[in-house]
Amino acid sequence: MRISDTLQETYVALSANKVRSGLTMLGIVIGISSVIAMVAIGQGAQSSIKANIQAIGSNLVMVMPGAQRGPGFQVSAGRGSARTLTQGDADAIAQGVVLASAVAPELSGRYQVTAKGANTNTSVVGTVSAYPQVRNVQVETGSFITDQNVQSLSKVAVLGPTTRDDLFGEGAEAIGQAIRIKNIEFKVIGITKEKGGTGFGSQDDTIFVPLSSAQRFLAGETYVSTISVQAQDEEFMTTIQQEITDLLLTRHTITDPQLADFNVLNQADIVATASSITETFTILLGAVAGISLLVGGIGIMNMMLTTVTERTKEIGLRKAIGAKRRDISMQFLAEAVALTFIGGVAGVALGWVVSWGFTYLGVLQTTVTASSVLLAFGVSAGIGVVFGYYPARRASRLNPIEALRYE
Amino acid sequence: MIEVRTITKTYDTGAVSFQALKGVSFTVRDGEYVAIMGPSGSGKSTLMHILGALDTPTSGTYLLDGKDVSQFSDDELADIRKNKIGFVFQSFNLLPRATVVRNVSLPLLYAGVNGEERMSRARRALGAAGLDEEHFEHLSNQLSGGQIQRVAIARALVNNPTLILADEPTGNLDSATGEVVLGTFRKLNREQGRTIILITHEHDVAQHAERIIFLKDGMLVDDVIRKPA
Repeated sequence: MRISDTLQETYVALSANKVRSGLTMLGIVIGISSVIAMVAIGQGAQSSIKANIQAIGSNLVMVMPGAQRGPGFQVSAGRGSARTLTQGDADAIAQGVVLASAVAPELSGRYQVTAKGANTNTSVVGTVSAYPQVRNVQVETGSFITDQNVQSLSKVAVLGPTTRDDLFGEGAEAIGQAIRIKNIEFKVIGITKEKGGTGFGSQDDTIFVPLSSAQRFLAGETYVSTISVQAQDEEFMTTIQQEITDLLLTRHTITDPQLADFNVLNQADIVATASSITETFTILLGAVAGISLLVGGIGIMNMMLTTVTERTKEIGLRKAIGAKRRDISMQFLAEAVALTFIGGVAGVALGWVVSWGFTYLGVLQTTVTASSVLLAFGVSAGIGVVFGYYPARRASRLNPIEALRYE
Repeated sequence: MIEVRTITKTYDTGAVSFQALKGVSFTVRDGEYVAIMGPSGSGKSTLMHILGALDTPTSGTYLLDGKDVSQFSDDELADIRKNKIGFVFQSFNLLPRATVVRNVSLPLLYAGVNGEERMSRARRALGAAGLDEEHFEHLSNQLSGGQIQRVAIARALVNNPTLILADEPTGNLDSATGEVVLGTFRKLNREQGRTIILITHEHDVAQHAERIIFLKDGMLVDDVIRKPA
C-alpha cells in the first residue's frame, strides 16, 4: 500500500467520525499545551528570579549581621538582630581582602520623609561612594554621594525615581530641592536611574544619604547593617567569602565559627539555590502536565479499541480482498498517530498562546523554547505509536473468517 | 485451474474435535461455472474458505494455477486473495460511507496500483457488472440491494482474478433481483470466460450453473455436468 493511499484512508476514516476524533484529539491538545505552557512559565520564573538577583549587583558577597548572643549563653536574639558590624569592619575588608574590587557598607532604615507638603515612608540607605558600583545603581541626573559628603556629614540625598515621583510629582525637577527625613533637612543632589524589578525590594523607592549622616542624624548609632563586597571576578567569590569570614572572626574575637555574629552570603550561592528551587517547580509543573498528556494518550487507545471493534467487519473484508497484517496495522497506527500529531500541533499552538498571554498580561516573562516544542512533537507522535500499537495489533490479528461473520 | 485433492478440515474445539471436510477431491477448469450445493452443516462454507484462501486444509492439497497453497502462511494467503480471488458475499460488505468507485477500487489499493489507474479499472469493472454510470459516484448506502450486489461483483472483478467465489450471493435479495444478479454471473462466465464458483443451498440458484457439486456431511456425494437453465 502506498503512503499517499494510507494518508487518504486515514483522512476518510477520521473524518467519518468527526466529533469523536475531535474529542479524542482534545485530550492530546490539552496535554501538549499544558506541557508547553507549564515549562515556559517555569523557565520564565527561573530567568525572572535570576534577573532579580543579578539586579542587586554583580559578583556580590554580602556581610549581614548574625544573631546576638550573650557570652556563655546559648540564647539567640534572632538572625539579623546583632549590631556588631561597623565601619571599621568594612575598612578592614577593603584593606585585607585584596581580591575585592569595592566595598560598600550601608545602614538602612525606614523613615517618614516630607517635601513641600507631600510625604512618604520609605527606606533610607546611608552608604558611601562605592555603592553604585557594587550594587548596580546608576545615576540619571545630578551626582551620587561622594567621599567628601561622607567625611563632612553632608545633609545631601540621592532619590530613587519612585521616591522622586512620590515627593515632587512624576518626572519633576527635584535637584536642589529640600526634603526632610525625620524632620532633618537634606538637599537633593541626584536621581538614580529606574531599575524596575521587585526581587529584594525595589531600589527605585529608596533615598541614599551619606553613611556618616545616617549614623549620626537618623539612626544615632555607629553600626552598619550590611557590607556589600564586590569581587574582581566571579571565580574569586568563594575565596573572598572565606577570607571575610576569617577576618571578621578574628576582629570579633570569636573562635568557634558556629557562634559567628555575622553571615557572609555569596550571590552565586543565592542564584544557585533559587535556580534549584525553580527547576524543581518546573519539573513539578511539567510532571503534572505530563500526567494529563498520559490521560490523553489513554483516550486515544480507548477510541482506537472502540474503532477496531466497530470496524471488525470492514477489517475482515479488507483482509479478504488481500490486505496483509501489516497493511491493517499500518492503517490503524496511522489513524492514532494522525490524531496525536494533529493534536500535538494544535497543542503547541495553544500552549504558545497561553505562554504569550502570560507575557502579554505582564504576569511573567515566559519563554517557549524550541526544545520544548520539538519534545512536544516527538512525545505526541510517540504517544500515537505507543497507544495506537495495541489496538492496531489487535486489528491486524483478527481472523478474516470470524471478522466477516461479526455482527 | 483449480485442483482439490482429498482435503480434510478438522476443527478442534477443546475436548471435541469436529471434522467438517472428510476428504474432498475435484477439479475445476478455467472458464467453468460451478455451483457447490449442500444443506447447512455439509461443509460447503468450510470448503469455500479453503477455496478462497481464507483458511488452510488440515490435510490434502489445494492447487491454484498449479501452485500448492494448502500450507501457506497468513501473509502468503493474503497475496493469493489479492491476485487470484474475487469474493462476492451474501451480506455485500461494502464500506457504507465510501463511494461506489472507491469501494470497487479497494482491492487495487493493496496491490499498490496508482490512483488514476484504480479509478479507470474500477469504472471498467462496474461496466462489466452492469451498473449504470450515473451511480458511480453515489455512496454505497444510497443504492438498492441489486445495485449493491453488482457493485460487489465489480469489486470481485477488478483485480482480474482467476476465480470468482460467490457465497450465497442472492441470499439477501428478492427473487427478481436475485435473477438479475445471477444473470450478471452468467454473462461474465459466457462473455468474459470467468471461472465462477457459486455456493448455495438453494436448488433454483444452483440451476444457473453448468456443473453442480453436491456436498453432504463433509463428503462429495455427486458431481453433475448439465446444461444450465
